[in-house]
Amino acid sequence: MGKKLLLEHDHVPGIQGYDVYRKNGGYASVEKAIKTMSPEALVEEVKKSGLRGRGGAGFPTGMKWSFLAKPEGVPRYLVCNADESEPGTFKDRYLMSRIPHILVEGMIASSFALGVNKAFIYIRGEYYYIVNILEKAIEEAYANGWLGTNILGTGYNLDLYVQVGAGAYICGEETALLESLEGKRGNPRIKPPFPAIAGLYGCPTVVNNVETLASVVPVINMGGDAYAQIGIGKSTGTKLISASGHINKPGVYEIEMGITVEDFIYSDEYCGGILNGKKLKAVVAGGSSVPVLPADKILNLANGEKRLMSYESLSDGGFGGGTMLGSGGFIVMDETTSIVENLFTFARFYHHESCGQCSPCREGTAWMEKILHKIVDGHGTMADIDLLWEIQAKIEGNTICPLGDAAAWPVASAIRHFRSEFEEYVSNPSGVKKNKHYDSVHNNVNV
Amino acid sequence: MADIKFSEDTLALANKIIARYPEGKQKSALLPLLHLAQAEFDGWLSPATMQYVASLLQIQEVEVYEVASFYSMFNLKPVGKCLIEVCRTSSCWLRGANEIIEHLENKLGIKEGQTTPDGMFTLKTVECLGSCGSAPMMQIGAQYHENLSYEKVDGILDTCKAEGTRKTYLDKVVVDKY
Repeated sequence: MGKKLLLEHDHVPGIQGYDVYRKNGGYASVEKAIKTMSPEALVEEVKKSGLRGRGGAGFPTGMKWSFLAKPEGVPRYLVCNADESEPGTFKDRYLMSRIPHILVEGMIASSFALGVNKAFIYIRGEYYYIVNILEKAIEEAYANGWLGTNILGTGYNLDLYVQVGAGAYICGEETALLESLEGKRGNPRIKPPFPAIAGLYGCPTVVNNVETLASVVPVINMGGDAYAQIGIGKSTGTKLISASGHINKPGVYEIEMGITVEDFIYSDEYCGGILNGKKLKAVVAGGSSVPVLPADKILNLANGEKRLMSYESLSDGGFGGGTMLGSGGFIVMDETTSIVENLFTFARFYHHESCGQCSPCREGTAWMEKILHKIVDGHGTMADIDLLWEIQAKIEGNTICPLGDAAAWPVASAIRHFRSEFEEYVSNPSGVKKNKHYDSVHNNVNV
Repeated sequence: MADIKFSEDTLALANKIIARYPEGKQKSALLPLLHLAQAEFDGWLSPATMQYVASLLQIQEVEVYEVASFYSMFNLKPVGKCLIEVCRTSSCWLRGANEIIEHLENKLGIKEGQTTPDGMFTLKTVECLGSCGSAPMMQIGAQYHENLSYEKVDGILDTCKAEGTRKTYLDKVVVDKY
């Protein structure tokens, strides 16, 4: 069994409630932080831990915190990004609904470290039922003196609120999230200034993912150095992986970074192998935005060594031969999967979710969906494949926020690694339709 | 439509939400209030409902409309009592979402985007709802229905029909049984 820092108690009955959570060591990090440490020392611990943002970008959390401006008399804000919307990702949902107090605890300790007196959890609207779970946890935290005024008699004050979104992937981008929290459309802001200087209401703001803030709890409890011992290289600590697709045991798994991809897919501790004894065809390792890799490339590096579940190993080989850990949304596809049709669902997704602010993304995502629809429908030409390539290349790097890149990378990687499949759709459309190989119906339990 | 007005309880909750934000930043309450309004006023945001929310926050009506039209959970047209939202993105597609959508269309006798003549069901396809590990899935109101099979879908539709009530995102439901 791998080391568990976040989900250690996830199967303890009643862990959703305060009493059981507290009995299992809950809120110890807040006690330690507020009573025995200075905010500066806390930021130092997080820096030492090597903790990196768990939302997808992997930016060092301690460094992000140290950028926070601290002008006199100006309030600062901490905002938890619980807008989890990256296709393939459902770890924050699991964590918040199962152990809501770990997020509340992490936010209190983090707020103290940042000198924040008002914090928000911005959660995607579709998770409305979790709003109720979080608000109950927050209420319990207030009732037990962990939130409100004069926390633990130290004179420190903190209020924590849950803010609900209303269905927009783009609000996972931190400046779009802040716009939305201000009651506006979720259009990302031009940076700089970064939120650390001018964020919510123009005030210095830190935006961190749910899992990142929850991870602050073990970082404080065990100390930054000890946390950094877990994992491998610059991928310290544990990571929650959302495993879905053609596997025997879909679900959320906490892994110590550094286990092999092969072990993650095939061992009974994790995914338990491919569904129905089929062969592995491809994996999207870190949510829909990261490059798709064929079986041999996801399991092994170019030098023949086994690929590991870590930031560095997954990106080994660059965009030509590697991918990214991203949000940890691990989508597994068996040998019968049509890469082209799966890509079509991604293209449709990004077209739907583009905020429309930048023309390369607004127009490009629409055209990519249209062309892929044409190919899937059996009316594509070879020139369409080149056109797709050209469009994605013109989106990448030419937009205000990373949604453009996120829309381009899946298209680029699918064509790079599976071009022959696109060509088959073009040259033999009726054959593709008849071919069981590209028939999604087999996946359904009803057929 | 002068009768668009929150109930006493809802108004109290709305005021509590508005009070969370710093002085002059009450517009932050817009999304939460639109959720309350949609749930209370027949599952959609009519122009009159949006005018009412604007008046509560003392902002321009167009500020409400531009936000309401941006987010996919806000309905700008009437919907059935049960808005069925079926996820169609990758992981759900891999596990048979298209077949579930087709089954729903046949069963309800409507196409995606349409409402049944009795006003009971509206069928909508949506992008990833974060239920990839329990695909295929659909959401009705606050409730996630996961690991769907045809039989399970049929049972859910029957239950909805028997209950006959409007389902909203604010419903108190237990999705994850821990």
